[in-house]
Formats: sequence, structure tokens, C-alpha cells
Amino acid sequence: MDEKIKLLEMHRQMLTIRFFEEKVFELYGQNLVPGTIHLYAGEEAVAVGVCANLRKDDYITSTHRGHGHCIAKGARLDKTMAEILGRKTGYCKGKGGSMHIADFSIGMLGATAVVGAGIPIAAGAGLSIKLRGTDQVVACFFGEGASNQGTFHEGINLAAVWSLPVIFVCENNLYAMGTRQSRVMAIENIADRAVAYGIPGVVVDGNDVLAVFEAGRVAVDRARRGEGPTLIECKTYRQKGHSRFDSAAYRQREEVETWLKKDPIVRFQRKLFEMGVLTEVQVQKMVEEAKKAVDEATKFALESPFPEPQEALEDVYTPEEGTVTK
Amino acid sequence: MREVTIRDALREALREEMQRDKTAFLLGEDIGRYWGGAFGVTKGLAEEFGDDRIRDTPISESAIIGVGVGAAITGMRPIAEIMFGDLSALAMDQICNQAAKIRYMFGGQASVPLVIRTPFGAGVNIASHHSQSLEAWFMHTPGLYVAVPSTPYDAKGLLKTAIRGSNPVLFAEHKLLYPVKGMIPEEDYTVPFGVADIKREGSDVSVVATLYMVHKTLTAAEQLSKEGISVEVIDPRTLAPFDKQTIVKSVKRTGRLVVVSEDSKTAGVSAEIAAVVAEEALDYLDASIKRVVEPDTPIPFSPSLEKFVIPDEKSIIRAVKEII
Repeated sequence: MDEKIKLLEMHRQMLTIRFFEEKVFELYGQNLVPGTIHLYAGEEAVAVGVCANLRKDDYITSTHRGHGHCIAKGARLDKTMAEILGRKTGYCKGKGGSMHIADFSIGMLGATAVVGAGIPIAAGAGLSIKLRGTDQVVACFFGEGASNQGTFHEGINLAAVWSLPVIFVCENNLYAMGTRQSRVMAIENIADRAVAYGIPGVVVDGNDVLAVFEAGRVAVDRARRGEGPTLIECKTYRQKGHSRFDSAAYRQREEVETWLKKDPIVRFQRKLFEMGVLTEVQVQKMVEEAKKAVDEATKFALESPFPEPQEALEDVYTPEEGTVTK
Repeated sequence: MREVTIRDALREALREEMQRDKTAFLLGEDIGRYWGGAFGVTKGLAEEFGDDRIRDTPISESAIIGVGVGAAITGMRPIAEIMFGDLSALAMDQICNQAAKIRYMFGGQASVPLVIRTPFGAGVNIASHHSQSLEAWFMHTPGLYVAVPSTPYDAKGLLKTAIRGSNPVLFAEHKLLYPVKGMIPEEDYTVPFGVADIKREGSDVSVVATLYMVHKTLTAAEQLSKEGISVEVIDPRTLAPFDKQTIVKSVKRTGRLVVVSEDSKTAGVSAEIAAVVAEEALDYLDASIKRVVEPDTPIPFSPSLEKFVIPDEKSIIRAVKEII
């Protein structure tokens, strides 16, 4: 029974992320989203599969394509949407936007828009856990493009040599903006790089949420036992372009269609039907509920005010004694 | 009161704050029991606090700071050492885009109590990659504090403020200052950020100097006093926050300003200080502002070349006399 509830919750989260991203895309088309957007649609199984293994007090670090990570870790939809729309009620009071959402109350340590920069930060959260002597873990999300940054090497090496409780989750969606992996890497599997650090490296089907969940479970258990980090590579695909203006013309139509057939939500539903955990009627109900939740969050965001201009001057420093600013 | 070197003063601050706060820990290259830091500041600390809290790292500056950021936002007080200030370039993203911006980007949800200690300065013939003074890079980054101690008293007190504080601090040391001696009290004390110190009072000209240049300026001031010129020497002690008031007040009294800084001229520390005074006290100036700084070149190796680019007592005296 517990397992059934968990599976349905994962399904609900994946639907929520999908509808949330579709709504962001729609709002963007209506000129209601300032700046740019990087949508997670198509990659839901990765965030949901990994985060299903995490506790509220565990940490995650995220990227410019981070809405899905937030929702999977338990972030509120209304404050997430409000932040994306630049509103005062957003998680970051409108200072971060789509690429910089954080919710420290649920261990979501924030999204960095510098590719690969979150990797050593995740290692640092892991060191903090180790020094404090708790059994928390950190899940660090990044794309295959980030694995070519020096921070990938430096951060994972340190996490490995210090046996830090970090799960490095590479979302390999094959393209770094428009650059296909094969044009910039002589290897097929990012997970092979784990060998260089003396840690386990695992390749999983990133569009199969149960496969991601299982790989995550093994890695999280290992981290909690104090046995160190794991590199999990999730092979996945973004269903939209890189960012707002990108029509992804660099991808072959056949390739896109092949991946759309591997849609993680459709596959999970099929699996849940087979398992007898879910019925078509239930799916309809859950779809409606997820859409309603997204609509309510959107309403909240759209009705929220923009920050007062002078709030731009706040939150640069933490106020403290012993420091005179004038 | 007792006399200690800046090296000892820094080590005392680290030791006392680590005793005081279990969340404080050190990380950096060769700071542990096998070396004690390239300049010996952390010598003996690993023996006292253990290798977990005095962590030797691989040569990975970006990870040293990144790990510090991650630890700082999850309840720890990391104190990172970058062996030479020049090598901070390898960690610029983590310092300037991550540590400095996390609080702001995330709407004030997090604090980043990270201290980054690193030595700057030329004068020991180790050429362009080990001699620069790059404080201006960091004062140009909102979200960071920049401390520039010139005496053992300031070094210990400012480092304690940095460690106890809640903001990321680039704590600049000068490699020629480590053996410099001075008096410090026995009891616990701190030096506040954003409060300049008048190292010598005077009435004819205000000279603002930082780090090793404070000492050269004091020597120059002593010589000038023999010629009847009274020099006020002001040490900002922190470049961010910057104590405008003390400097502007001094200039309003003396009517003259010389800025001495061991960095290259263009867009350097001296440019900012001169701009502040031009903005806030122009009408009080009786002469142009003078800057005694390095030329816009990398730091050269050969002693004759290096000596030529570093500001010295003679150049300070010359600048003062030009506007008196």
C-alpha cells in the first residue's frame, strides 16, 4: 500500500511538472514571463525518480533548467511561478527568476545558471553534512554539458577522496544548447568518467522513472552509509528547445519523434496500468488535479505585485554587528 | 599587551575562533600538518584541531571555494586559503558569481559566511603569477567584503570579525607583512568592518594607503615631518565596506589627498578612493589628487625591474611635495 501511494505520488509530480512547464511556455507566449525560460518537459523522470529517495532535510542543487528539480523536491508551485514571473511573492522576491529558484526550507540550495558551478557547491554541502555528523545526503543535478567543465572534475574528485554523501545526477539530454554530445566528447557515456574518480558510475534510462528511482535508491543508501558519492547518468531528452527562442532546428525530426515516443509520463502510466496501480479514470482525475494546482499557482502569481523598484537595493549583504556601512 | 607578528596574529585569530565555534574549519592547499601553509600561518593547527577541521585539498581552487560556499550555506563557517592571490583567478566564478550573489539572487534566504584568506603583493621576486595585488577585482563585486589589514592588531581583529560575520569576505594579506611585528591585547577583541584607522595624525596632507603601503607611507611621513610637512596617514582597513566619512573628513581638513596603493593604476583601488573624494569633497581640495601606484604592467621578475614598479617611500614623498 505504501508503495502504491509512493508510485501515485511520483506520477502526480511528473504530471505537475509537465503541466507547469506547459503553462510557463503558454505564459511566455503571452509576454508574461520576463527574460528567458529553459523547460524541463521530457526530463521529469530524472528529478522525480531521484528526489523520491530524498527526505525533506536532504539537499539538492539545481541548474538553469531547474523548475522540475524544485517541484520534485517539494517546492510550492505558487511561489515558484511567482518567481518566474518576477513577482514580489516569488521564492526570491523577484531577484532570481527562472534560472535562480531556491527554497532553503526544503533543502533546495538553489539553481545556478553558470554551467557546472553547482557541482563543487554540492560537494561542500556534503562536507558540511560529514562535519556535522548527520545522515543527510545531497543530490546534485547537472547536464552532460557541465561534465566538460573543470568544476565537474574538481568537485567530484574532492567528493570522492573525502567520501562525501553526494549523488551526482547527470541529465544527459544529448545537447548543450545546439551542440550535440558527439561533437564535443569522444565518449558515449558520461558515467564512464566515474572511473577516473574511483566511484561507481551508472547509466540509466532517464525516461524510465522506476529505473532512475532504483539507481537513486542504491546511490542514496550508499551515501547515507558514509560510503561516498555515485555518478548517475540519466539518458533523456528535452522535448522543447534549449531556451525561449530555440526551435531546435539542429535536431533531426526522426530523433525528436523517437524520443517523444519514449515520453516518461506515458511510459510510467503504461507501467502503472500493468501493475494495476492506476486506471484510466484515475489518470483523468490526476490530470485535472495537477492542472488545477498549476492554474491556482498561476492565478496567485499573476495577481501578485511586482517588487517595488528600490527593493533592488536589498539583500546584497546579511546585516550584522561589527560592520559599518554608509 | 604583547608583541606578535602578523603571521602569529592571524594564527591566533584562527585558533581562538575555531575553539569558540565548532562550525569553523579551514581548507586549502598544504595548510595541514605536512606544511602549515605556504607562509606558515596555519602551522600547528592540524595538530591541535585534527585533519578534519584543517583540511588539505587537492590543487583545485575552484573546488576549494565552491566547497566553501556549499558548506557555508548549510551551517558551517569555512575559512578557505588560496595560496597566492593570483590564483584566485581560478576560482573567480565561485567567488564572484556564487559566493557574492547567492544571498541576493535567492532573495535573502541564505547567508554565505565564507572567509577567503589569500596573500597579495610584490617584492620577493616571484614574478607575474605570484605577486599581484588584485583587491580591486573584489571591491568591484557587490556582495563581497574585502579586508586589508596592515598591522597585527588589525589582522587579528579583522579576521575575527570576518569569521564571526555572515557575509563572504575576501581577506587580503600581504606576503611581506607576515613577519611584521606589533602590539595586541591579551583579551579577546575584534576590529569592525567599515571603520578606517588614522595611523598617524597630520594637518597638511591626507595620505590613504593599504596593506604594506601603510608602512612605507608611515616611513615617508616621518621623513616629511623633519621637513616640516605634517602628513595624516589613513588606513581604510576594509575596502568593502569602505569608510568614506573618515577620509572625506580628513581631506576637508587638509585640503590635499595622495592615494598609495600597490596595484596597477587603471580602475584600481586608488581610482575608487580618488573618485569618492572627488565626488564628496572636491570643493575642499587645494590641489589635484595624486596617486602613487604601479604602472599598468604585469609584475616583472628581475629585482631591478620589480623594484621600479612598486611604489616606495621616495615616490610617496615626491607625490606629497608635488601638491604641497
